[in-house]
Amino acid sequence: MITHDLVILGTGPAGMAAATTALEHGITPVVIDEQPAAGGQIYRALERTPVLDRRILGEDYWSGESLIKGLKDPQIDYRPASTVWQLTRQREIGLLHDDKAEMICARHIILATGAMERPMPIAGWTLPGVMTAGSGQILLKSAGAVPQAPVVLAGCGPLLLLLATQYLRAGVEIAAILDTTPRDRYRAALKHVPGALRNVSTLLKGVGLLRELRRAGVRHIRGVSALRAEGSGQLERVLWKQQGDDNWQTLETPTLLLHQGVIPNTQITRAVDCHHEWDEQQLAWRPRLDEWLGTDIPGIAVAGDGGGIVGAKAAAMQGQLAGLGAALALGKLTLENSTERAQPIRKALARDTAIRPFLDVLYRPAKQWRLPDDDTLACRCEEVTGGEIRRMADMGCRGPNQTKSFTRCGMGPCQGRMCGITVSELLADANQQSVEETGYYRLRPPFKPITLGQLAKAAEEG
Amino acid sequence: MARRVVIVGAGFHGCSAALRLSLQGYEVTVIDKAYAGRHASGVNAGGVRRLGRHPAEIPLAVAAWERWQCMTDIVGDDCGFRPVGQVKVAENDKDMAILADRERQVRDLGFHHEVLIGRDELHRRLPALADHCPGALACDGDGFANPYRTVTAWRREAERQGVRFREGIEITAIESKGNGWRLSGGGEHFDADLLVNCAGAWAGELCKWLGEPVPLTAEAPMLMITERLSPFLGTVVGATSRPLSFKQFENGTVLIGGGVRGDVDSVRHVAETRLDGLAENADTVVSLFPFMKEARIMRTWAGVEAVMKDHIPVIGLSSQHDNVIHAFGFSAHGYQLGPITGEIVADLAMEREPKLPITPFSIQRFQTPCPE
Ligand SMILES: Cc1cc2nc3c(=O)[nH]c(=O)nc-3n(C[C@H](O)[C@H](O)[C@H](O)COP(=O)(O)OP(=O)(O)OC[C@H]3O[C@@H](n4cnc5c(N)ncnc54)[C@H](O)[C@@H]3O)c2cc1C
Repeated sequence: MITHDLVILGTGPAGMAAATTALEHGITPVVIDEQPAAGGQIYRALERTPVLDRRILGEDYWSGESLIKGLKDPQIDYRPASTVWQLTRQREIGLLHDDKAEMICARHIILATGAMERPMPIAGWTLPGVMTAGSGQILLKSAGAVPQAPVVLAGCGPLLLLLATQYLRAGVEIAAILDTTPRDRYRAALKHVPGALRNVSTLLKGVGLLRELRRAGVRHIRGVSALRAEGSGQLERVLWKQQGDDNWQTLETPTLLLHQGVIPNTQITRAVDCHHEWDEQQLAWRPRLDEWLGTDIPGIAVAGDGGGIVGAKAAAMQGQLAGLGAALALGKLTLENSTERAQPIRKALARDTAIRPFLDVLYRPAKQWRLPDDDTLACRCEEVTGGEIRRMADMGCRGPNQTKSFTRCGMGPCQGRMCGITVSELLADANQQSVEETGYYRLRPPFKPITLGQLAKAAEEG
Repeated sequence: MARRVVIVGAGFHGCSAALRLSLQGYEVTVIDKAYAGRHASGVNAGGVRRLGRHPAEIPLAVAAWERWQCMTDIVGDDCGFRPVGQVKVAENDKDMAILADRERQVRDLGFHHEVLIGRDELHRRLPALADHCPGALACDGDGFANPYRTVTAWRREAERQGVRFREGIEITAIESKGNGWRLSGGGEHFDADLLVNCAGAWAGELCKWLGEPVPLTAEAPMLMITERLSPFLGTVVGATSRPLSFKQFENGTVLIGGGVRGDVDSVRHVAETRLDGLAENADTVVSLFPFMKEARIMRTWAGVEAVMKDHIPVIGLSSQHDNVIHAFGFSAHGYQLGPITGEIVADLAMEREPKLPITPFSIQRFQTPCPE
């Protein structure tokens, strides 16, 4: 097994910045991503997107160009279209590329595997025609395609608004935005505005998006308190209630895009079982990290949204920090040197993330959007409802590993990635205990399915 | 007579002992550092197998098999038991000779559940099997069940009989107190007239505290499970000269294991998978069932299990104290035996001669030095 100094997982802003920073300090990293092209979610398909009118995806998207260029340095061993299906605490990495399984080892690892969308398990969310806003955006970036219009966007958070404006600019008809932000949140978020002003450009950008949507006359329905998707075999209509109004309102639509923010993708950090804590502000799990973004496992660090949601710019800064951390760990920098170099980055990072408390409070998804009701599916792979999970709690299941054995919830192809957070929160709620006490699934490799044949081949070559 | 019993370990064996003791009127507390079924008993391969047992274990396995037939009468749930049969396939003539010897040996002991079958019968039972296999040893009536569901059913039945379960408490000290014991852990004390050691991979610690160390190692058998495949496997399959056990569940997923070992992380008390072993295991499957090459693996895992030097468990009274009973060290095949452990422990507690022969499992076998 070949041992590399540094292996970086993920080519979003964090991973790319970590790679170039490491290179500056004499480390030649291996950089792995399952996507065929660099960019992560935010700069997805930047080099090959058919959406050439730069205005549509916006200036922030195209700012990824320089990072991608940095990654293409010939000294960086960049391996696109490579899946990591196993990682051990001893930093052995199982790779899969072109049907070939391979094991490599690393002295230091930076996980920059980013975020995923928080599931929004409402009635009818599994109907064809209902997608997440994130997938709607990937479609646009990578294929220049859009789902069937007119579309309804429902939920809350910056990405929902960004996608709405991108669609608007691309000429996609938007039937309505159903905004689930509770009305009192604006007031609650107000006290975080002074802090957020330290990152005034992001704040202004948000305001700009809202203004653009309003000017274009997009129907923006606020204070949505209940939501369901209906149709026979296919989405036909969306129904909602507004706070303070008991009547259902209806809109016929072929496409509903759901979104209520993003949460760290902890699939891999969970699988190596590093210490995680429940972030009550962001309502999500995140690995506990030290000042160099190291986890409690020696030699494994996390940069970017995978360690807590920070956004693209801050993710790149964290990538730089993690790169310095790697240089320190590998003996390329002294503690004094790396600390000195880290200082301005840490300052800029603090300034950029100063907006988080404001966003986290404003867009904190309310309970009814996180806890599916009894008839709604929590686990899509194995078709387990919220009611079944609650029944398991009645039977004495205190944590998700117990319900798993009974209901198979979380044992399907997505390995609990989709339902994990929902099940933890459902059980915590039903058992009247904290999410922290309730815990999370024990995750097992492979992170991505690998065939027996591919695995058997690794034996021949091992 | 002893009244208060404390059982350390809420695996299958601890739950089984708890149920039987409470049915005899004992006041039973089961203590587990994690939760019932967290370790070997809840994560194993679910194999209910008499086939290939160590000669000393055969009477126990046969008795346990009878209990599996009437699981619902015992605990109100069939625990997912499916008696689909099991075969151990030969991959060449040398394997075939080994199996023929085995059949003879078992028959000489007076048992008839293991039967040699030839090529035609084997391929009739397993149409998807690769051509090169000349035969197998078959055991009709063996099968599999659902491990975590089993532990939970036994635990719930024990609770219905009044057993107290205390989860999340790790026993860290044992001292004698009066005619009994005082166990301590998590800031609490538990007094017992009788102590039952069902602590699985950690049972060796208890033995050390009790002054009768045993050669126990914690090992980590690994398993992997595939995506759902259309039904092709009606019986549980093992191999003769390489580790393999595999079976298809009703939902179509295929479980692959059979003894390849991962690592035990002794600090965190968990098992970790190792790639080389899994790859070897995959290689075996693909050579026996070539079409499985395309099957995707959904999950791999390992469980911590107590393995004794001679691969048979310790079941019986302590050699040092008359109020300690041991039942541990099942060496990767204890799930099938779960239903009878409780009966043996209850007999011992009541100072009755156990109905099953347990002399070979005495802890004393590790204390009388063997002639070299
Ligand atoms: C992957 C795997 C596959 C297997 N497949 C099969 C199979 O197909 N068929 C078969 O028959 N057998 C199989 N086995 C073996 C079988 O699972 C075990 O033999 C059996 O479950 C052992 O049960 P137990 O109760 O002794 O131990 P466990 O189930 O491990 O229970 C011991 C319990 O004691 C607790 N404990 C330990 N120390 C302390 C302490 N100091 N304080 C408090 N609590 C403590 C632990 O937390 C644990 O819950 C397999 C095992 C594994 C790991």
